[in-house]
Amino acid sequence: MKNVNLKVNGVPVTVPEGTRILDAAIKAGFNIPTLCYMKDLCNESSCRVCVVEIKNNRKLMTACSTVVAEGMEVLTNTPKVRASRKITLELMLSNHHKECLSCVRSGKCELQTLATEYGCDYAKYSGEMNDYNVDDATPYLVRDNNKCILCRRCVAVCNKVQTVGVIDAGNRGFATKIASPFGKSLNDVPCVACGQCINVCPTGALREKDSISEVEKLLADPSKTVIVGTAPSVRAALGEEFGYPIGTDTEGKMVAALKAIGFDKVFDVDMAADMTIMEEGTEFLGRLNNPNAVMPMITSCSAGWIRFIEYNYPELLPNLSSCKSPQQMFGAIMKTYYAEKMGLDPKNVAVVTIMPCIAKKFELTRDDQSAAGVPDIDASLTTRELARMIKNYGINFAKLDPKTEFDNPIGKGSTAGLIFGATGGVMEAALRTVAEVATGKTLDNIDFKAVRGTKGIKEATVTLNGKQINIAVASGLGNARKLMDEIKAGKSKYHFIEIMACPGGCVNGGGQPIVDSQTRNIVDVAKTRAGVLYKKDKKDVLRKSHENPIVKTLYKEYFGEPNSHKAHEVLHTTYVKRDRY
Amino acid sequence: MTDEKDMQFAAVLESLKDVPGPVMMAMQKAQDIYGYLPLEVQLKIADYFGVPLSTVYGIATFYSQFRLEQPGQIKIAVCLGTACYVKGSGGVIDKFSRLLSVEPGHTTSDGRFTLEATRCIGCCGLAPVLTVNGEVYGKVTEDSVDEILAKYNEA
Repeated sequence: MKNVNLKVNGVPVTVPEGTRILDAAIKAGFNIPTLCYMKDLCNESSCRVCVVEIKNNRKLMTACSTVVAEGMEVLTNTPKVRASRKITLELMLSNHHKECLSCVRSGKCELQTLATEYGCDYAKYSGEMNDYNVDDATPYLVRDNNKCILCRRCVAVCNKVQTVGVIDAGNRGFATKIASPFGKSLNDVPCVACGQCINVCPTGALREKDSISEVEKLLADPSKTVIVGTAPSVRAALGEEFGYPIGTDTEGKMVAALKAIGFDKVFDVDMAADMTIMEEGTEFLGRLNNPNAVMPMITSCSAGWIRFIEYNYPELLPNLSSCKSPQQMFGAIMKTYYAEKMGLDPKNVAVVTIMPCIAKKFELTRDDQSAAGVPDIDASLTTRELARMIKNYGINFAKLDPKTEFDNPIGKGSTAGLIFGATGGVMEAALRTVAEVATGKTLDNIDFKAVRGTKGIKEATVTLNGKQINIAVASGLGNARKLMDEIKAGKSKYHFIEIMACPGGCVNGGGQPIVDSQTRNIVDVAKTRAGVLYKKDKKDVLRKSHENPIVKTLYKEYFGEPNSHKAHEVLHTTYVKRDRY
Repeated sequence: MTDEKDMQFAAVLESLKDVPGPVMMAMQKAQDIYGYLPLEVQLKIADYFGVPLSTVYGIATFYSQFRLEQPGQIKIAVCLGTACYVKGSGGVIDKFSRLLSVEPGHTTSDGRFTLEATRCIGCCGLAPVLTVNGEVYGKVTEDSVDEILAKYNEA
C-alpha cells in the first residue's frame, strides 16, 4: 500500500494511504479527544469533539473520519480548535442531567473528563432539557437517557458487533433518543444482557443494575453463612479500578478484600469451571460416540449467549450442552454438597458471585436453577460493583496482601478453569480433559494455541483415537450468528463449538472496569487481560480439570461419576424458546 | 390485517429482494397497503432484509410520513406552514387537540379522528388552511373549529 507523508502539529509522520487523521496524530504523539468514535466500533462523526484544523482548509474537520492526504498539515490544538470543542461540550452539557456528584460513572465519564480539561462552564447554555423516564425494568441494566449524548456507540455495538439490534436512534431533532422499538423497555425486547453497551458508553447513561444493597443485606443477616465465589476474569481486571495498569493480576488482593468485607468463605468459581469441564467433556464424548446425537455440541457457559440462542435460534437449543454455567454449578455445589458436609441448612447458605458480567444477574433468576430447592445463587456483583464496595468499605487495596489464598476445603480451581475467562479457554480446558479421558494417555503438550487469541472465529482440528474432531471458537454474538447460520444451513463441519457472548470473552465482559476510548485506541484490552490468565496457566502445576483434587473428591463423595443421575439433578439445566417481540 | 393485504405485502417484499436500499421503499409500500406500520409489519420488513427492528422503527419515527397508529376514519390536517402559522393556525390545531383530546400526530381513542400538522399545502392565499379527508377549508378561525367538527360529528 502507498504511504502518505503529512505533518501533525509540525511533526512529520508517514502513514499508509487511507489512514484517518486521528490515527496519524496518535502515531505522531498527539491525542485527539473523541466522544463518539471508538476503535473498530463507531465512526458516526456525530459528536464533533475531534475537530482539527487543516492548513488551507477553511472549515474544521473531524479527525475520526477525515482521511490523510499527501503534504497535509494538521493542527490538533489551536485556539480555534479548542474554542470549537469547548462550545460543543457546553452544548452537550446543556441537555445533560449533570448528576455527577452521585453518578456511578463519575471519574470514568469521558464527557466529565473533557468538560474539566476544556474548562467548560456547565451552565453556559440554559434552556429546554429532555426529561426521560429511567428504564430499570430489567434485572441487569439501567438506561438513563437523561445522561445520553447520542454518540451511538451503544447502537453500533448492539447492532453491528453483537447483531442483537434492540436499540437505535428514534425520532428526530431535539426529540432524538436512543431507544428500543415502540417505546418498549429493554425488558420487553430481545436484549441478551451482554452489557457491551455499558462498556462503550462515554457517560453514565448505561450502567448495571446495582446489587450491592442485596449483598449487604445478606452480610448483615446473622442466620446466613455467606459464601462468595469469583469468576476467572475478575482478578485480571479488578486492579484497574485501583490505578493498576491493564493486565495486572490481583488475585490475592481480591481474595483479601472479600475477606475484609466480611464474607464467611471466599472460594474460586474456577473450581466450578473444572466441574463444567468434567460434565461437558463427558457429555461431548457421549454425543461423539452416539450416531444419533445432535451435533455439533455448543458450550453453555455464557449467560448472554444462552439468551441470544433462545431468542434467535430456538431450533438449535438441542445443540447446547445441558451443563449449567460455572456460576450456577458453583451455587448448586455450595447448597448441596458443601451445605451437607458442613451441616448447614441450604436455606441459611447465601451464595454471592463476583462476575465480569451483567447477564449473570439475569441467569440467577432462571427457572431450573435451584438444585437444593432454593435458588443456586442469591446475588451477583460485577467487577465494577466489587470495586465500589471495596472503596466504600475503606479498604486500602494497595496494602492488601497479594499472596492471600482462597479458603479451604474447596477453594481452588485448576488453571484450566482459570482460562475460561478468555475466548477459547473453555475449549482448551475441555480438550485437555477430553483428550486424556478418551485416550487414557497423558498429553505431552497441553497448550492448544490455535484456540487462543482475540480473533472472532477460530478453528482447529484435533485427533482423538484416530478420529478427526473439528472445533470452532467464537466470541462476540455477530460471530456466533455466522456459525449458527452454517449449522442451520446444514453446512457446519464442526463437532464442538465454544461461544462467548462478549468479544474476547469474559475478560472483556459487560461487568468489567470501564476503559475509555482514548485507551482503547492504543491497547487491546481483551488480549492484555487474557495475558494474566495464560501467564498464570503457564506457571501453574495444576493445569487440567480432571486432576483437581477437589473435583476428584466431589465425584468420590457426592456425584459418583460425570453425567451421573445425581450430577444431572444438580449440575445440568434446561432452556426455553423465547419470543422476540 | 387481512389475508389479501398480507399477500400484497409479501409480493412487495419479494419485488424488492434484489433492490439496493430496499427498507424505506418497503416501508412506504407497506404503509400504502395497511395504512400504517404496526409492529408485525415492521418486524417482517426487518427480518426479510436482515436489519434490526430497532433500525426500521428508527426510520419510521424519523420521517413524519410514516404512521405507527391505525389512522382514524376522518383525517384532519392543519397546515402549520409559515403563512398559515402567522395567520393563527397554531391556535386552530390547539383547539382541535383540546376538543378531541388528542395530540397532533395521533388518533382519538374511538378511532374516529386523526389530527395532523402538515407543512405548506400550497394555498397560502386561503391561510390559515386545513383539510378534512382531503376537503379544503380556508380562512379558518378558532371559532370555525366548532362548526367543522359539528359537521363531521353529525355525519
